[in-house]
Amino acid sequence: MLTFPVVAGVLEQGLVYSLMALGVFITFRILAFPDLSVDATFPLGAAVCAKMITSGYDPFLALIVSLAAGLIGGLLTGLLNTKLKISSLLAGILTMTALYSVNLRIMGRANIPLLRQPTFITILEETGLPQQYVPLLFFFSLVLIVKLVLDWFLHTEIGFALRATGDNPQMIRSLGVNTDAMKVLGLALANGLVALSGGLVAQYQGFADVGMGIGTIVAGLASVIIGEVLLHPQSVVMQVLSVIVGSMIYRLAIFLALRLGFAPTDLKLVTAVLVIIALAAPNLSRSRRQSKLLARLGKGVVNGVKPGGN
Amino acid sequence: MLSLAGISKTFNLDTPSPNPALRGIDLHLEPGEFVTIIGSNGAGKSTLLNAIAGVFPIDSGRIVVDGQDITNWPEHKRASLIGRVFQDPMMGTAASMSIEENLAMAAKRGERRGFARGVNVNSRARFREMLADLGLGLENRLSDKVKLLSGGQRQSLTLLMATISRPKLLLLDEHTAALDPKTAQQVAELTNQIVKSAGLTVLMVTHNMEHALNTGTRTVMMHEGQIIFDVSGDKRAKMTVADLLNEFSRLRGESLADDRLLLG
Repeated sequence: MLTFPVVAGVLEQGLVYSLMALGVFITFRILAFPDLSVDATFPLGAAVCAKMITSGYDPFLALIVSLAAGLIGGLLTGLLNTKLKISSLLAGILTMTALYSVNLRIMGRANIPLLRQPTFITILEETGLPQQYVPLLFFFSLVLIVKLVLDWFLHTEIGFALRATGDNPQMIRSLGVNTDAMKVLGLALANGLVALSGGLVAQYQGFADVGMGIGTIVAGLASVIIGEVLLHPQSVVMQVLSVIVGSMIYRLAIFLALRLGFAPTDLKLVTAVLVIIALAAPNLSRSRRQSKLLARLGKGVVNGVKPGGN
Repeated sequence: MLSLAGISKTFNLDTPSPNPALRGIDLHLEPGEFVTIIGSNGAGKSTLLNAIAGVFPIDSGRIVVDGQDITNWPEHKRASLIGRVFQDPMMGTAASMSIEENLAMAAKRGERRGFARGVNVNSRARFREMLADLGLGLENRLSDKVKLLSGGQRQSLTLLMATISRPKLLLLDEHTAALDPKTAQQVAELTNQIVKSAGLTVLMVTHNMEHALNTGTRTVMMHEGQIIFDVSGDKRAKMTVADLLNEFSRLRGESLADDRLLLG
């Protein structure tokens, strides 16, 4: 039933994965760059965190290094695309494939448990915060800070240039912006967020696994689309908010799917179907409207026009 | 202000059907000159503007703007000197961004962009004033997305964006061709007004011969990648569209005769 731990669990997941979804939002929506490298930068962040913590480093330092590792991953995709002229999809896939090996190298094996290891949770609990609220409070504060920074950044001169690079690259180039540099910047930023999310998830769930990134892109996209469908954001501030809300709703949907009796292994299928429905819904409703219109035309009731009249 | 020397560009050079788009273009513009370019489809008019703007590298020749040799500059670097308006009203603005955001990006043309707020109170007041001069009511719609504007409004905004930071050279590529006649007229008048008040040096491509003659200070005609006719001053002032057409067929006729001679 809806006890506090259950509700908190859904909210916590929605928040921690929303950082990943914001990364996907930056590439997909702002840069219009379908970046698949997130499937590997997410576990990259987790791998870095797990390896550093088990090696005795501070869990917060580990998060910062995760972020930096993600930045480098995004940088790689960006350089493959802009300098070597490899198509956006392929550049992402190449980074993803390469990082799979890198992640295994970092971890040394396929899975690192973090049970009985210090994490941000154990550290924050020592400060005397009520134990059951720690992850929720920490994730909420972090997401709030990231949202405010992102809102600010997207309204700076560079933020404008980044947005215009995704909107109309020809135009912003003609105003003196190096769109290649903007793409690399956006990809680095996005993958930094994704890796940070991965590092947080590893600490939160207590392990890092080399396969934990599979389907990251689809889950991120699902969050972005759900948010858009629900909130119809008309400004950047609302767009960023809609991604976070979308991530919460998505995690709720996953939770409900599990409650309905889906096996955890079915969740990728559920997610894919969810994304397909969300993407297809606007087109389906349009074609239904069109067929209705055609049916009415068949009866000759639309403006008295007879079928085949033109 | 602009000096072109021996500009050549051939597309598909390494294929069985190379396409020589520009064949040795020489053109010199004094500061404040407003040159209209006419010519049939495929004459190389747009290619010439693209070459100057740096959309692609040229095969040979030199491009000098305001004393600086920009032949090897990348497109985004040339933007500090060159403003541009395209034929398609969709091309010159970022549709998902607001009017004031678009203007703010244009106001930073060629400058370093940093972490300052993209639009502030001062710039907003300045934009409002400039938009009011357009007389389209856009001054009250600063935060509206550009995609909500009509083609004419978008093209007027693009014109403002292309000239807001006083470029050394303004390139207009049939920028009124996609508009309805009334709107095209308005945008053309706006163009003259802005060019005059800012004293800009302009290269304008047009399909409209009458427009070519009664706009600006000089007219050049292009054909098959070359400039075949260049008129200014009194001679141009007396010219009619009929004269221009006669000149065109005379010059083309001659070139055809040359071809026949060569073949013979």
